[in-house]
Amino acid sequence: MKRIVAILLLNPLSLLGLVLVSAVVCGAVFADWIAPFPEHRGAVVDFSNFNQPPNWPYIMGTDLVGRDIFSRILYAYRISLLLGVVVLVIAVPIGVISGLAAGYLKGWPSFVIMRITDVFLSIPPLVLAMSMMGLLEPTLINGMLAVTAMWWPWYTRLVYNVTRAEKQEGYVLAAETLGASTPHILFREILPNCLPPILTKMTLDFGFVILIASSLSFLGLGVQPPTPDLGSMVADGAKYLPDSWWLTVFPGLAILVAVFGFNLIGDALRDILGAES
Amino acid sequence: MADSVLSAHGLGKTFQVGKRHVVALADIDLSLRRGECLAVVGESGSGKSTLANLILGVHTPTTGEIHLDNAALPAERQLTHRKRIQLVQQNPLSALNPKRSVRASLRLALDIHGIGTPQSRHDRVNSLLSDVGLDPALADRRPAALSGGQRQRVAIARALAPQADVIVLDEPTSALDVLVQARVLALLNTLRAQHTLSYLFITHDLAVVRNVADRVAVFENGRLVELQTTSDLFSCPKADCTQRLLAAVPVVSPSELALRDALSKRNDHDEP
Repeated sequence: MKRIVAILLLNPLSLLGLVLVSAVVCGAVFADWIAPFPEHRGAVVDFSNFNQPPNWPYIMGTDLVGRDIFSRILYAYRISLLLGVVVLVIAVPIGVISGLAAGYLKGWPSFVIMRITDVFLSIPPLVLAMSMMGLLEPTLINGMLAVTAMWWPWYTRLVYNVTRAEKQEGYVLAAETLGASTPHILFREILPNCLPPILTKMTLDFGFVILIASSLSFLGLGVQPPTPDLGSMVADGAKYLPDSWWLTVFPGLAILVAVFGFNLIGDALRDILGAES
Repeated sequence: MADSVLSAHGLGKTFQVGKRHVVALADIDLSLRRGECLAVVGESGSGKSTLANLILGVHTPTTGEIHLDNAALPAERQLTHRKRIQLVQQNPLSALNPKRSVRASLRLALDIHGIGTPQSRHDRVNSLLSDVGLDPALADRRPAALSGGQRQRVAIARALAPQADVIVLDEPTSALDVLVQARVLALLNTLRAQHTLSYLFITHDLAVVRNVADRVAVFENGRLVELQTTSDLFSCPKADCTQRLLAAVPVVSPSELALRDALSKRNDHDEP
């Protein structure tokens, strides 16, 4: 672990990724202390300062009801990161367990798991999430459910492929001939060898989950006002381009910073863990 | 047979490949005597590995039975059966989990079969490593940090760990260089004598067969075509397939033979 951190710190691109992601995470976690106007995350109206371009103390300007955009971005990060964590915490175990089982077991269990996965994979992700959000009420919880529903099949497919390859390795046959149980073979023998691609994909996906959640909010299907959300902030400001550019550009840059940061770390992890295995 | 530890009776295996039925092994009658090394040789696709997989319980036979101590083995093997029949594979790097230390790999065998107390297993791992000529200090290393010969010794130690009495050796030396091969073969011979082990030695290397095997079973197209003692097989091969295999053994030229003798004499002279 120390070695991985050392390599991440030595590579300029992965170091940039670490800096960006650390800034995003610190901003979200310590928003109550960093945000100049913490109360602006909610339904606050300040018409004396509405639609201000960047100036002091509004370093990223204000929105159409006079709320500080910088403060709202910090709180929007909090929602985005929470969404990323919850989605991955639910989707990854489902995908990993189903992928391990489908890859190792033979016959109908493998067939059934993979055909269900194929059904989910055959529907474009955003369309699937939009359909779910159309059926359900557009809330944060439902947003998480919708994104989770489109995310787990990718882990099933990834882990299935890795498990199929690992199953051919001699150590699996050795465990079988020793009499190890199927759960032991799946979780103690094969799973540790699947972890490098899973960890890499999780890091890359963190950025993509933020992007997809922002896309849903942009379409009005995600987190609802007055809760700050990067996608809905971009959507609200887009009507006033190019005059009130700060309404769109800063939330858009915030999305870019988060996604770019996670992608840089994901790429570095892929190189490090790939070389290790 | 009174001294038979493992025997196959009318053993056969047919695989379905698409709509075709491929006979991998047919009507095999064979017995492995206690403390014996029985070599199984044959060309690729002759059914050697299928025989090993049937004995290990990886595949279930289509026809016939396998007996362990004259009792038929069930299709679903119990731990007591698995404990007694172990495997050493061809590629020692693949045979050891790259994410587990040597100690963890060896402890797994002890844990599964409940050998010793949890406290005594640590010492048991060390003694297993000593048995195969490895320094117990290597126990905390991962396979990638070991040489090919050391890995194969760990794989042999793992096969010994459950106190097995039959070991299927699936080309255990073919992935090793010649010097390491010789050392591993010597180790296998020593362990066989020490622990009264019986080996089913699958190989295509007749030079290895001549050094380690008591008897040789020759397979061709899934059938047992010849079963003889090693000396008889090399002096008087009967089956066409055996003659072809022997004829294909590379012959050392007189000049190479002279060089080998000279080197061997020099090495003997250099030995302290």
